[in-house]
Amino acid sequence: MTLPALQPQTMAERILSMRGGKTVYAGDLAVVEVDQVMVVDSIAQSFIERMERDLAAVPKYPERVSIVIDHVAPASTVSVAQAQKEAREYAAATGVQLFDVGRGICHQVLMEEGLARPGWIVLGSDSHSTTYGAVAAFGTGMGATDIALAAASGKTWLRVPESVKVTFTGQLQPGVSAKDAALEMIRVLGADGATYQSVEMHAGDRFTRGERMTLANLCVEAGAKAGLVVPGGEILTDYGYDIPEWVYPQPGANYVREVVLDLDALRPRMSAPNEVDNVHDVAALSAELRGMHVDQVFIGTCTNGRIEDLREAAAVLKGRRVAPGTRLLIIPASSQVMEQAMEDGTLLTLQRAGAALGTPGCGPCMGRHQGVLAPGEVCVSTSNRNFIGRMGDKDARVYLASPAVAAATAVMGRIALPEDVLAVAGV
Amino acid sequence: MPRIWKFGDSVNTDDILPGKFAPFMAGEDVFQTFAFHYIRPEFAAEVRPGDLLIGGKNWGLGSSREYAPAALKKLQVGGIIAPSFARIHYRNLLNLGIPAFEADLTGSLNDGDEVSLDIATGRLTRGSDVFQLPPAPEFLREALAEGSILAFFKKHGRFPGERNPGE
Repeated sequence: MTLPALQPQTMAERILSMRGGKTVYAGDLAVVEVDQVMVVDSIAQSFIERMERDLAAVPKYPERVSIVIDHVAPASTVSVAQAQKEAREYAAATGVQLFDVGRGICHQVLMEEGLARPGWIVLGSDSHSTTYGAVAAFGTGMGATDIALAAASGKTWLRVPESVKVTFTGQLQPGVSAKDAALEMIRVLGADGATYQSVEMHAGDRFTRGERMTLANLCVEAGAKAGLVVPGGEILTDYGYDIPEWVYPQPGANYVREVVLDLDALRPRMSAPNEVDNVHDVAALSAELRGMHVDQVFIGTCTNGRIEDLREAAAVLKGRRVAPGTRLLIIPASSQVMEQAMEDGTLLTLQRAGAALGTPGCGPCMGRHQGVLAPGEVCVSTSNRNFIGRMGDKDARVYLASPAVAAATAVMGRIALPEDVLAVAGV
Repeated sequence: MPRIWKFGDSVNTDDILPGKFAPFMAGEDVFQTFAFHYIRPEFAAEVRPGDLLIGGKNWGLGSSREYAPAALKKLQVGGIIAPSFARIHYRNLLNLGIPAFEADLTGSLNDGDEVSLDIATGRLTRGSDVFQLPPAPEFLREALAEGSILAFFKKHGRFPGERNPGE
């Protein structure tokens, strides 16, 4: 099927045109078929209530709905356990797919299960559903009511977003990762720099699928509706995706803004409290910040809990120990990541360095369990938000960084660069 | 008379309702008592039905959690006025039927001001001062006429702007 294009289209315009069966441009309203609806444990009860009480509906296509128990997994309280029990019962009764405790974080699990594919529309009840743009799926987050409407109807409505074009040039240098590129992108765009818009990332064959997930994941921190990476490199060759021609943007498409990010010049970045776009060059942080004691280091989440990330951390931690007075929490993003890290010895390296390992899931990211912070504590985290009270007490502070910077920080007990650690011989 | 609660720029969903007080953790009956728990701890106890919130740019950034606006709904907040809203949160407000207006009144109104708001016309008054708020985007008015997008969908079996089945 082809649709008449009156003028060249962005990636978002092309995907939403094809999936809505009507040529649309930024600003138009599109009603599109939804390929996957993802529900997380924290809103499962609201979702079920909307479906059963408000809509009196069952999922139109049960195979297109997934429930993932990840935000507080395993359950920390009786009320959480009850919510998760209801989610399991709902899945059993309706035939929707359930990914239970330990399988991992929703976005990682859907990607591993092939439930996000090029050209698909994937809606998740989690704002980081932009992650699916890593494989050229139009992924976006919505609340419980929108998610229920999509499950009941098989469709959703979207205002077709304007697009910001981000072009990556050069190559990541040693000690610098996709997280640093993502934080730099958020710094340049600003926390509301892409609100209602699609961030269309042109990276050629740079970045693995996992790195593309990190980039697409953080786009929501600029307010974006979607973070779409133009297919290239590993995802073209290694995953067997069928990549339709209509996911690629057309030359001459209209962008509201164009940004070029030079990876050659990029150095490790850190986002300081309490806004994600408060991004700094780690090397240029004040002596006071560089000397501050760090109580906890957390490596994990949908942003940075993949095998690439654990290996990056292990390369810094190998043969070294976490500094006295600092805790290192490591939570793989999924059971598959956990298995990979077991098989190649990464997990043993991390364990021997003194890490505390957790069940695959969201961990303490949003301050619910498995490592929340006390008043005044400082955490360097590979997660995606550093808002007031996000990971525990309102007077705790969260600094966002790459796995390599987080690992170096764990070794030194203060904010550090990988080279600070690698310059010192391991034990 | 409804009163104004004034906030700054970039009020995020963790500010509106911290994740640790989500209904499935704090309890369905009491989670709303944690609204603005860290940034305005007196809010939940002192807010009165119909009170209006005004904020700066990018209101509601962050999480997709619908229980953040659901807490405000339970507290019977009368509406939110901000120059710009984060998109997921804006959809959640629409879905819950909490009036949201895109306007910057942070320089014109103060905390505690007594005002009245006509939702249908967007006319906000404080004493003799009148502020005209902009209408909802055109493609949403069809849905808002039914109360919410969910109500529209239940009645028509389709989304606003979507062709009728069989058309």
